[in-house]
Amino acid sequence: MQRTLLASVFIVASCGLAYELIAGALASYLLGDSVTQFSTVIGAYLFAMGIGSWLSKHVAGNLLVRFIQIELLVGLLGGLSAGLLFLLFTLHAGPFRFALYGLVLLIGILVGLEIPLIMRILKREVAFKDLVAQVLSVDYIGALAVSVLFPLLLAPHLGLVRSALLFGLLNALVAAWALWLFRAQLGPLPALRAQCIAVLALLAVGFGFAGHYVSLAEANLYAEDIVHAESSAYQRIVVTRSRDETRLYLNHNLQFSSRDEYRYHEALVHPGLAALPGARRVLVLGGGDGMAVREVLKYPQVEHITLVDLDPRMTELFAQSPLLRELNGGALASPKLKIVNADALQWLETSTEIFDFVIADFPDPSNHALGKLYSTAFYRLLKQHVAETGLVAVQATSPLYARQSFWTVVATLEAAGWRTAPYHALVPSFGEWGYILAGKRDYRPPQTIPVATRFVTPDAIPALFHFPADMARVAAEPNRLDNQNLVRIFEREWGRVQAH
Amino acid sequence: MRRRDFLAASSAAAALAACGGKAAPPLPPGVLTGADDQLGHRLRQPDFPAPTETRKLAVAIVGGGIGGLSAAWKLTRAGCDDYLLLEMESEAGGNSRAGKNAVSAYPLGAHYLPLPPREARATRALLAELGVLRGNRDAAHPNYDERYLCHAPQERLYKDGYWQEGLWPTLGVPAAERAQYVRFQDFIQQLRQQRDGSGRRAFALPLALSSRDPGWRALDRSNLRDWLLAEGYTAPGLHWLADYACRDDYGTSAMQTSAWAGLHYFACRDGEGQVLTAPEGNACLARGLARAAAGRVLPRALVFRVEQGRRGAILDVFLAAENRSLRIEARELIWAAPLFLLPRVFPALPAEWGRALAGADYAPWVVATLTLTEPPLTRAGQPLAWDNVLHDSAALGYVVATHQQLRYAPGPTVISWYRALHEESASGSASQSASDRRRLLYSHEDWAREILADLSRPHPEIRELVTRLDVHRHAHAMVRPRPGRLWGGTREAFERGLPGVQFAHADVSGLSLFEEANYRGVLAAERTLRRLGVSFASSL
Repeated sequence: MQRTLLASVFIVASCGLAYELIAGALASYLLGDSVTQFSTVIGAYLFAMGIGSWLSKHVAGNLLVRFIQIELLVGLLGGLSAGLLFLLFTLHAGPFRFALYGLVLLIGILVGLEIPLIMRILKREVAFKDLVAQVLSVDYIGALAVSVLFPLLLAPHLGLVRSALLFGLLNALVAAWALWLFRAQLGPLPALRAQCIAVLALLAVGFGFAGHYVSLAEANLYAEDIVHAESSAYQRIVVTRSRDETRLYLNHNLQFSSRDEYRYHEALVHPGLAALPGARRVLVLGGGDGMAVREVLKYPQVEHITLVDLDPRMTELFAQSPLLRELNGGALASPKLKIVNADALQWLETSTEIFDFVIADFPDPSNHALGKLYSTAFYRLLKQHVAETGLVAVQATSPLYARQSFWTVVATLEAAGWRTAPYHALVPSFGEWGYILAGKRDYRPPQTIPVATRFVTPDAIPALFHFPADMARVAAEPNRLDNQNLVRIFEREWGRVQAH
Repeated sequence: MRRRDFLAASSAAAALAACGGKAAPPLPPGVLTGADDQLGHRLRQPDFPAPTETRKLAVAIVGGGIGGLSAAWKLTRAGCDDYLLLEMESEAGGNSRAGKNAVSAYPLGAHYLPLPPREARATRALLAELGVLRGNRDAAHPNYDERYLCHAPQERLYKDGYWQEGLWPTLGVPAAERAQYVRFQDFIQQLRQQRDGSGRRAFALPLALSSRDPGWRALDRSNLRDWLLAEGYTAPGLHWLADYACRDDYGTSAMQTSAWAGLHYFACRDGEGQVLTAPEGNACLARGLARAAAGRVLPRALVFRVEQGRRGAILDVFLAAENRSLRIEARELIWAAPLFLLPRVFPALPAEWGRALAGADYAPWVVATLTLTEPPLTRAGQPLAWDNVLHDSAALGYVVATHQQLRYAPGPTVISWYRALHEESASGSASQSASDRRRLLYSHEDWAREILADLSRPHPEIRELVTRLDVHRHAHAMVRPRPGRLWGGTREAFERGLPGVQFAHADVSGLSLFEEANYRGVLAAERTLRRLGVSFASSL
């Protein structure tokens, strides 16, 4: 009996640490800021274990039966914890933190009960000094085993949801094992046996279906029907559809909604191109969805468009899918268009072409690699590819949510020798969005828009270039390759937005 | 399949069968290269063919490292073209050579240049000529082309499973120890400003321009570790950083390094830690210098005998490619090869010089080039930087060759892993410790195993990412600045030179730094030009 219970201490200790690690990892995965998440989860968990240990003195009756019941409860709660939290997060991010710490406290209290109970069960047979030494050393060894296995094997191969279920099964098996082993002592306990079987079955079924479950949760994350999902060499591409709205997500970030993308793309293209009646050659960097090209094609004088997008899957998808072709008006099939699937920076370094109008529609500068696309070095390189009278339109994140970031991009263009004309537009899916026109000469907004537009009309233009006080210019240092201050600023500003 | 691969594969299969577990994957392919020691070691038993041809020159430069290339650069820029540069290897560049594969160019040795201080005028002139430095080159903080400044993030440190920003260990370090960091940095800041009565900086680069105050020079007699302890610096993080800096710049531990040299490392520059780098490392600078010497570099040429005649120097040179020897009669000689070779080729070397050389020893270096299918993963902490240092490792970490590329797409990369084979003991003897001699005899497989084990701590997936692992060994990479070597009176003879012979290697400075080699080369060239009566504008 002594050996058996020590073996169960090992498993119980492993499971206890595993739930703590899973909760910490899940919280950092979903909320970011891993140091805070791990610290608070571990702190709350240890505190809860303290409560459990204290409460253990009130546990009376048949201790073995209580132990088995607690094991079943820990197995059930711990096993389902990751799945429940994940589902809750995708449904409703608001109460997620309450649920997280509530669950951590509950599991922690139950796990805190385990070891004192086992010690009380064993104390009848073992001298106190041996008891403490054996139980606690096995407890710590169990913790070590899991802390090594978790990052190396479990998290990468099983994932968090299934790892939790696996440990839940182990807890429930300890209960079943104890029930069988001590059947002579305990006598027939049909209710307990039934509970045991039910928990085991539930967890086993959960383990089997966890794969489907994760995609179910991903579908909830989008709350729309996924009509296309694939992982290209560079990113995860997801297209969703709900009623009359189509959306594109790249790496889970919304790129456009068909409801208001015309606002985004009209604002990106027309203030610049309408001011260049002589523009013949246009370069689009990024924008593999073809929406910007669609707007450019409205100008009959444009003879050549070069679209440089890194990901061939993006340009193929938006050239072939009927649903998406309808959105970009078949722009990617235009005979005026040349598609180049290359890294924009490398392509510009090797190309010698000159353009009248350039659109730089890159992802936001959320990491150091993307930050290079908003650096003085990049804007200097761009200068070699723009005609004397030409213009560049740069998407430059939100001047409202990321005000310092937006004006840093303006300062960077100016440090690279460009004259700038910053402007902004409201795109409901994104919020208030910012753009910058850059030229070698001063820019004068066009008096007329010679093509059909729904949003950027001549009378709307002055408002685009006016910045209200809450978005007005702030002092900013240029973003150079050797400091990449934009990445830090951007991270800080959007981190603040997401925290609310 | 080569025999070795077959054996590796079959022993792996046997291991798999024996333990029923997952066997370690076979080692990645690659080669072990290094300085041409077969050709160089022929100097030990010289049996070269007699010269079959004699050429007369104004100047002969022996050695095509940064010192020799800098001398050639200065001669060319002054309009003196009548010289030959004799290089033992198949390509000039010395420690600043590079390789290239389908993914990227990569360094085989020196990989960065810290922003040079104002005194390093020749180095700044070179950077201006290469377009790296723009505008006023005498400014305290000149403008540099940002493509050559190391892009952010520059460096990170792996300690206790977490990547910290920068190289100072800070995470979990008690406040009292961090206070020591601050005190040390304040002290270094003072040293940078300090000037003696004659206006010389305490620690200048080139070091020849440093203060001659005996108080400062006395620091050369103790080692950096003892100096730190004597000054009350006990913080382990500070000692780690000092030791890392010495291993990185000098190939010595802090205990083996002259305290003067150690403080020089921290105090001689004021670039706030910024460095210039390129995918090919300092080969970018070496090739810039070599362009000036185009057509006048003789590769695979081993000078095996030097004699000083009345009208100049007579050099016997073995041309390995042609298996014959050439005699060169040069009015002036610039010796830019490591000084330890001198006793073997220069029979008339004055006895005091031989004694001066006797105590010099060199740190061997190993640089491994790993080609990866994608950048290694960061599990916790700061993202991949240019320089990635492991705290608990005898090696120096790795730099990422593709870091300076203007591209944003992820993709294959090349990393260079560095290790200086410093001795473990603090003895001042010139002999290498048994363990490091053993490492000099390592095979490619031995190195591959050791390097992958080192890198697998922060990157357990490293073996799956590596498609090729080449190892480059420099047996005599850097002269070691042990206590007493810099200001103990042994270097001065070489600084002065002989009539008609100038010494241009970094060994003359006692610090194996780009700026020192460049300074020595340009100084030797300018003295030579003066003796030849050629007028020039000084770069110094």
